[in-house]
Amino acid sequence: MIAALICVLSVAAFIQLLAAYCRSILASSRRVELSDRVREVAGFADRKIGAADFARLLQLVRLCPEGSDDQGEIRAVGAYYRALSLMNRLTSSLVPPVAAWATREREHCSYFAAVALDRRISYSRDLFTQHLGKA
Amino acid sequence: MKLGVVNLLIWIVGLILQASVVFCVILRREFPKYYSICLYMPCSLLADLGLYFSAERLGVDSQLYFYYYYYSDTLLSILLYFVIIHFYEHVFIEMNVNRYIRGAATFLLISTAIFSYLVVHQHQDSLTPRFAVELEQNLNFVGVVLIYLLWGAVLKLRETRMRLVQLILAMGIYFSGITAVYAVRNLFPAVEDSILRWAPPLIGLWLPAAWTYAFIRTSDDQRLLTSELESKATA
Repeated sequence: MIAALICVLSVAAFIQLLAAYCRSILASSRRVELSDRVREVAGFADRKIGAADFARLLQLVRLCPEGSDDQGEIRAVGAYYRALSLMNRLTSSLVPPVAAWATREREHCSYFAAVALDRRISYSRDLFTQHLGKA
Repeated sequence: MKLGVVNLLIWIVGLILQASVVFCVILRREFPKYYSICLYMPCSLLADLGLYFSAERLGVDSQLYFYYYYYSDTLLSILLYFVIIHFYEHVFIEMNVNRYIRGAATFLLISTAIFSYLVVHQHQDSLTPRFAVELEQNLNFVGVVLIYLLWGAVLKLRETRMRLVQLILAMGIYFSGITAVYAVRNLFPAVEDSILRWAPPLIGLWLPAAWTYAFIRTSDDQRLLTSELESKATA
C-alpha cells in the first residue's frame, strides 16, 4: 500500500518537474525576437507560429550547419514535444483544458525551433561571409 | 559473474559525466558556491570505482557485492541530502534563515540515520534484496519530498537564477524517477529482472549529465521568470 502511494506520488512529481525542466530550456528562447529573415524562410511572415509547425522547422534546422552546441537541447525539446502531442491526442476529447495547455506548450516548442533555425541561419551567413573574405 | 557490457558502458559513461561536473564547476570558478556538488560527485565517483572492483573481484552475484552496492548507495543518498540542504540555503539566502535550515537538516539527517539503523538492526539476519529495495525507496522518497518543498519555495519566492533552478529541477527528476522505479520493483518483485534492473543505473546518468549541461549552457547571471515554469492548464 505504502509502495503504491510512493509510486503514484513519485510519478506525479516526476512529470511535473520534467515539464518544468523542459520549460526552463524553452524559457531562454521565449524572449528572443525572431528576425524577418527566418520568418520569411519558414513562411511565417504574415502569421503566428503554430503548434504543428515544429516538425517542419526541425527539418529546416537539420538542413543548416551546426554552429553552437544546441543538439542536446533540440533533442530534449523534441522529446517534450512528442510527449505533449501524445497527451494532446489522449486528452483532446476527455479533458479539453489539458489539451489546450498541451497545444500552448507545443507552440512554445515550435518557437524554440524557430529561434534555433534563426541562430543557425546567422551562423551559415557568417560562414559564407568568411569564405568570401578568404576567396 | 562479472559486469556485462551494458553495465560496463553505463559505468564508464557515469564516471566521465561525474568527472565532467567537477571539472565544469572548477573551470567556471564556482567551487565556493557549489562545494556540496564538488563533495558529492567525487564520492559518487569513488563509490562507482569501488563497485567496479568489487564486481570484478567478487562477482555481481556475491553477497559482499550486494552489501557494497546498497550501503554505498544509501550513503550517497544521504550525501545528496547535503546537496539539497545547500540548495535550500541558496534559495533562502536573502531571508537569513540558514541557521534554521542547518538545524532542520541536522535533525532530519540524525532521524533518518537512527530510523535506518533501527530498521537495519531489526532485519540484520534477513537483509534481503527486497528489504534493501524498500530502504532505498524510502530514503529516495524523503529526497523527493525535500526537493518538492524546495520547488514550491522556488515558485513562491520567485527565484530567477536559471542555473540554480535547473540544478534543483534536475535533482528532483532524478529523485522522483529513481523512487518510482524502486517503488515498482517493491510492488512487483517478479519484474525486477526485466528493464527495471537497468533503470537505476540509467537514471543515475541523468543527474551528472543534467548538471554538466547546467554548468556549460547557463551562466550564473542568467535569469528567468518563474511564471514561465508554472504549468497551468486553463481553458
